[in-house]
Amino acid sequence: MFEAVLLTVITAATPLLIAAIGELVVERSGVLNLGVEGMMIMGAVVGFAVANQTGSGALGVVAAIAAGMAMSALFGFLVLALVTNQVATGLALTILGIGFSGLIGEAFIGVPGLKLPELYIPGLSEIPFFGPVLFQQDAIVYLGFALVALVAYGLFRTRLGLVLRAVGDNHGSAHALGYSVIRIRFAAILFGGACAGLAGAYLSLAYTPQWVENMSAGRGWIALALVVFASWLPLRVVIGAYLFGAVTVLNLHAQAFEFDLSSPFLSGLPGFVTGAIEIATTSQFLSSLPYLATILVLVLISANRRLTLVNTPACLGKPFVPDR
Amino acid sequence: MAQTMTTEVDDGKVRNDRSKKDALLDARGLTKRFGDILANDRVDLIINKGEIHALLGENGAGKSTLVKMFYGSLDPDGGEIHWDGRQVEIDNPAAARDLGIGMVFQHFSLFEALNVVENIALALPNPGNMAELAKRIEVVSRDYGLPLNAYDVVADLPVGIRQRIEIVRCLLQEPRLIIMDEPTSVLTPQEADQLFLTLERLAGEGCAVLYISHRLEEVKRICHHATILRHGQVVRECDPTKETPASLASMMVGADVAAVSASAQKPQIGAVRLGLKGLSAKAATPFATALNSISLKLHAGEVVAIAGVAGNGQGELFDAISGEMPVASSMIEIDGKACGTKNVTWRRRQKAAFVPEERLGHGAVPGMKLSQNIVLTRHSTGDGLISGGMVSIQQASVMEKRIKQAFDVRVSHDDPEARSLSGGNLQKFVVGRELDRKPGVLVINQPTWGVDAGAAALIRQAVIDLARAGSAVLVISQDLDEIFEIADRIAVISRGYLSAAEPAADMTRERVGLLMAGGAEAQGEVA
Repeated sequence: MFEAVLLTVITAATPLLIAAIGELVVERSGVLNLGVEGMMIMGAVVGFAVANQTGSGALGVVAAIAAGMAMSALFGFLVLALVTNQVATGLALTILGIGFSGLIGEAFIGVPGLKLPELYIPGLSEIPFFGPVLFQQDAIVYLGFALVALVAYGLFRTRLGLVLRAVGDNHGSAHALGYSVIRIRFAAILFGGACAGLAGAYLSLAYTPQWVENMSAGRGWIALALVVFASWLPLRVVIGAYLFGAVTVLNLHAQAFEFDLSSPFLSGLPGFVTGAIEIATTSQFLSSLPYLATILVLVLISANRRLTLVNTPACLGKPFVPDR
Repeated sequence: MAQTMTTEVDDGKVRNDRSKKDALLDARGLTKRFGDILANDRVDLIINKGEIHALLGENGAGKSTLVKMFYGSLDPDGGEIHWDGRQVEIDNPAAARDLGIGMVFQHFSLFEALNVVENIALALPNPGNMAELAKRIEVVSRDYGLPLNAYDVVADLPVGIRQRIEIVRCLLQEPRLIIMDEPTSVLTPQEADQLFLTLERLAGEGCAVLYISHRLEEVKRICHHATILRHGQVVRECDPTKETPASLASMMVGADVAAVSASAQKPQIGAVRLGLKGLSAKAATPFATALNSISLKLHAGEVVAIAGVAGNGQGELFDAISGEMPVASSMIEIDGKACGTKNVTWRRRQKAAFVPEERLGHGAVPGMKLSQNIVLTRHSTGDGLISGGMVSIQQASVMEKRIKQAFDVRVSHDDPEARSLSGGNLQKFVVGRELDRKPGVLVINQPTWGVDAGAAALIRQAVIDLARAGSAVLVISQDLDEIFEIADRIAVISRGYLSAAEPAADMTRERVGLLMAGGAEAQGEVA
């Protein structure tokens, strides 16, 4: 039972983790892309459609990544070349993604999907308990972990990461030192788009292998919030994503568990206690728990204001126009 | 036209003295245009090897534009640059660095969230291993007397150290020409002396330095040659060691600059108008400075100046006095009334006026017209700007014209937006707006920061005149020349502690420097 719960936690956390780690890179470069939800849903529909038409899950995943990148390229062109407002452009990207995905997905509603195969890591997958949980997952789960490691290492241990952080911290200085702010930001935006597309593919090819309109259901927004609450630190994004996943799953189980207030155990309690239990066990309250718990924990770990300040990209959302 | 003729003759004479064969950088007819404005108009400039070359001029004379073309961050519209005898195109800063041109920026080009090694690595083409670079930084910085800890995060460091980072970063690129834009504006006199030693050593090693500064004393002291720009053109070249600061200033402005003097008229000291009593405040953010039991009595008729290196609590002190940061009620008194908890408007009604350091964004709203900016600080001070809840646009415009005229604010059209004014003009406006009220207490932070000689003299004289008319003036400044020029008494702020205000006549630069470097702190703790 516990094993099964852990498995569902991983499935719930993976799309958030992947989308958030991509957005983290974008924001570290100083760009705020609020279009994660739109890029994600486009990844989901394109991934599903291509997998369905070709019968290949791998091709579906590649197509989803390409779709996410195409959306982000549009965003990048608008905010970097035409210097449009980042917030408005990101919101428009989300609206476009939700609408356009509904149009593409029209033909695929109710069509049975194709689920990505689980990859059993030889040897490791046979370890009792840990084997099934950690080493019998589909490729995207592994890829998610690899991405976190790659981004964490890349940001803080490589020159490319240093330049990326520098551009996000002070684009004027980075430009004065001769770095191409626009090019670096465009690359970061494309990476974010690819991650969002991949997260979308996970939704429609692994999480629930089917196409349902608006199936990303706000996960892009959660991913955005996670990045901020995680103080732009990759490992904290992992904590946030898993915490959110865990509480989501627990609350599904809690909702399945019927509270019987008329039972002899509870009948002697005073009215306000039974009232509180009644409210606490309503499905609406339980559904809000993942949000509350994640915000609470991430606020607590970001209490170190100095660390947060140093990690906040100072140029986040500011337009950059080089003078020549 | 006659003036240009004499200049050319002068030019030729000076040039003959300077043999061209040592030329490292030879700029010929550089021209740069921004829209209708000709920022640089056929500028010729020769910098020799091992020469400390001053580039002088008022704000907007085109100095920054010129050096940006040398550093590759602007493309010239015309003219050519010869480097070591060969014509070159400097397309970007990387190309400039490849040639051996390094730059220390006026507004630091550092990344606050990164540490010293990371900042320096970003400027080097092949930084190599970070641990080795860290060692090299510590060795080179100590060697030049500018010691640095490689793993300090820039956000935690005071400005003096930040500038060291810029200079060490430049040195590690093994430059042949270092361009320095206003390098001493943030240094204590001792730190500035150390910088001059470093520059002289570099020059001795054959490195050329292009030195931009408003501080003519130091130009005279360390520079071998000076080129003076006015309205984008080279108007003079001279040997600054043979000039006086006054003669250099008049070459820059093109007219004599009136000397400002506080001692010309002895102050008539009156009652205490602004009292600070044990003013303390915790640091609001990790990068702010706490104020530690600051006490000061400011009398009618006098100008008291607070010296100190940037980031030692000047901003916090200003905010506490102006009312932007509330403190305990008894800590601040204006004309005997306790007002530590009162807001800015209440204090303005008590005839106090405040001019913050940052003129654009704090002193004035960039997107608002000058007349609207007047309403923002003077709506409640009995100037007839508000009647029945309505703004009197007519009255605002009358005041705008009056202030522009009295403080020589030059604008391109009537009642422009604040952002369209040059720094010096906007500063004259922001100061003039408050002086026009004849306030009883004036607190002014960095009155002439980045303002050219002519405008600075005007502002300083106006401030002195106000005090002599019976007001109390508190000037917070990092410019020691200015402080000695206008102050009757001088106090020094260091890490949020304030030294006792002593008569300016008893103070020396050395003593101020020692107080800046921590002496004020020791004094404050004893008190």
